[in-house]
Amino acid sequence: MVIEVRDLRMRYGTTDVLHGVDFTAAPGEVVALLGPNGAGKTTTIEILEGFRLPSDGHVRVLGVDPATGDEAWRAKLGVVLQSWRDHGRWRVRELLHHLGRYYTPYSTPRQSRPFDTDELIETVGLTEHAHKKIGKLSGGQRRRLDVAIGIVGKPELLFLDEPTAGFDPHARRDFHDLVHRLADLEGMTILLTTHDLAEAEKLADRILVLAGGRIIADGSPDQLSRQVAGKSEVRWTHGGLRHVHTADDATAFVRDLFRQHETGISELEVRRSTLEDTYMALVQRHESGQSREEVAVL
Amino acid sequence: MNATAHGIRLGLHRGVREFRHSLGSEDQVYNLVVSIAFLTVLWFQRDSDVEATGVTLAALTLPSMLGLSVVMGGLVGPAGQLSLNREDGTLLRAKAVPHGMVGYLVGRTVQTSLDVTVSLLVILVPGLFLVNVLADAGAGGLLALLGALALGMLSTLPWGAVAGSITKSPGSAMGITMLPMMGLTAISGIFYPITAMPGWLQGVAQVFPIYWTGHGTRAALLPDSAGAAEIGGSWRIMEMIGVLGVWAVVGFLLAPTILRRMARRESGAEMEQRRQAAMQRVR
Repeated sequence: MVIEVRDLRMRYGTTDVLHGVDFTAAPGEVVALLGPNGAGKTTTIEILEGFRLPSDGHVRVLGVDPATGDEAWRAKLGVVLQSWRDHGRWRVRELLHHLGRYYTPYSTPRQSRPFDTDELIETVGLTEHAHKKIGKLSGGQRRRLDVAIGIVGKPELLFLDEPTAGFDPHARRDFHDLVHRLADLEGMTILLTTHDLAEAEKLADRILVLAGGRIIADGSPDQLSRQVAGKSEVRWTHGGLRHVHTADDATAFVRDLFRQHETGISELEVRRSTLEDTYMALVQRHESGQSREEVAVL
Repeated sequence: MNATAHGIRLGLHRGVREFRHSLGSEDQVYNLVVSIAFLTVLWFQRDSDVEATGVTLAALTLPSMLGLSVVMGGLVGPAGQLSLNREDGTLLRAKAVPHGMVGYLVGRTVQTSLDVTVSLLVILVPGLFLVNVLADAGAGGLLALLGALALGMLSTLPWGAVAGSITKSPGSAMGITMLPMMGLTAISGIFYPITAMPGWLQGVAQVFPIYWTGHGTRAALLPDSAGAAEIGGSWRIMEMIGVLGVWAVVGFLLAPTILRRMARRESGAEMEQRRQAAMQRVR
């Protein structure tokens, strides 16, 4: 396992942010940590990055406790930071080359490090801006540089915290393509956080739903939606009245409906609930405290 | 290849690059303003002789200004840059890279040293046209000058790093370094002999590096007769080395621990908070 987390707890003062988080990530897997704002996603990822010490629990990243991870361990990780205005006077190629060189001592015959600077700039689509000052880049270009810096050392494990926050739809599409390429390219394990379900669905092999400081669902996008297949909404009009019913088996329900009323049914609609509905329901249920102890393991 | 040594080497590159970036930037406006201000002071002081010293006030002031520049550059520069780099995420980036912190700190030190060198040259070179303090100093005097400047730098640099580590924003980093500096400059015999000050202020000034660095640079460049304007009427080299040495030793003992603690606490969430705070200030 590349990531192993058991009963991870985090407390700030008297507030518990994480109440015992458990999950693992296998080599080459793309895992999305999905949850509403304030669910503890950033806290979790920062603990794994070794930037923050947990209050309690068992954490192993590439077999090492992040709290005691040394520089050789750090060299195998990639962290994509939400940069803001650092290194504004450096040029794109200059900074990427400089930061890449920190990884040369960790190059092995099996895995050469770092990436070739110009190839990497091309991979993230910044070739025509390679000699631009970083302070002059647009937001989207800057994020692509952030990604390039995160992967310049050819990490075995890459962390992406809210990678597309503040992106326009076009930049978001480009970014998703880039993440797919990375996962294929080097067989990198990727852990990303997002509050956007569509993004998690598009990028991840597996989605972990984090709400209220716990993992409340864990499975592939397929498994998550199959869990709720069955739950459908049936709407129809009968005798001038509009009816709505949520059914586990919509087909059987509709058959029954027609048996009862041979005529008079019109405007029949059957809508299967989407992954989004499930997610909203899960989060809502959790936030209202109904399923405090209930954890959906898929 | 030793990875730590490699990190130090990259830090040297980094420092030189950042220095080159700053050379072509608006940073130099500050140097220009300081240069003009100091030259103006020297211009007005060029003809006033200081009693019993045999030198003009300008001749006393020019070496003192060199001392002041070093102390100022060693304290205020790193404090401001370190807190700025915590806010803008430079430090977090360094932390995410193997040996990045080593590279960052070496780079900062190199850049600060080069910055200070420039700030010395912009005062010294034009200043020499008004008062040629180097004429009688000789090679020995020049070496003594470099020694005093180096000691002044060592006595403040770690404290600048400490100030940049413990403050919450670049503004407060500048506040806790710049304000005491300005106060101490006024009482430390930089622009006028310290012996003109009341005794208790002389006592206060003698605790801090500004007076002693200036004392060292004056002793290096001026004739022995100029010592008459100092406390006790003569140069006190051992005391200078002693006081600056204590500041340097205590600073270098303290700074690594404080820097390490600051670095350990650095995280994306922390930075995001500072970023939000900075945005509030801008609006």
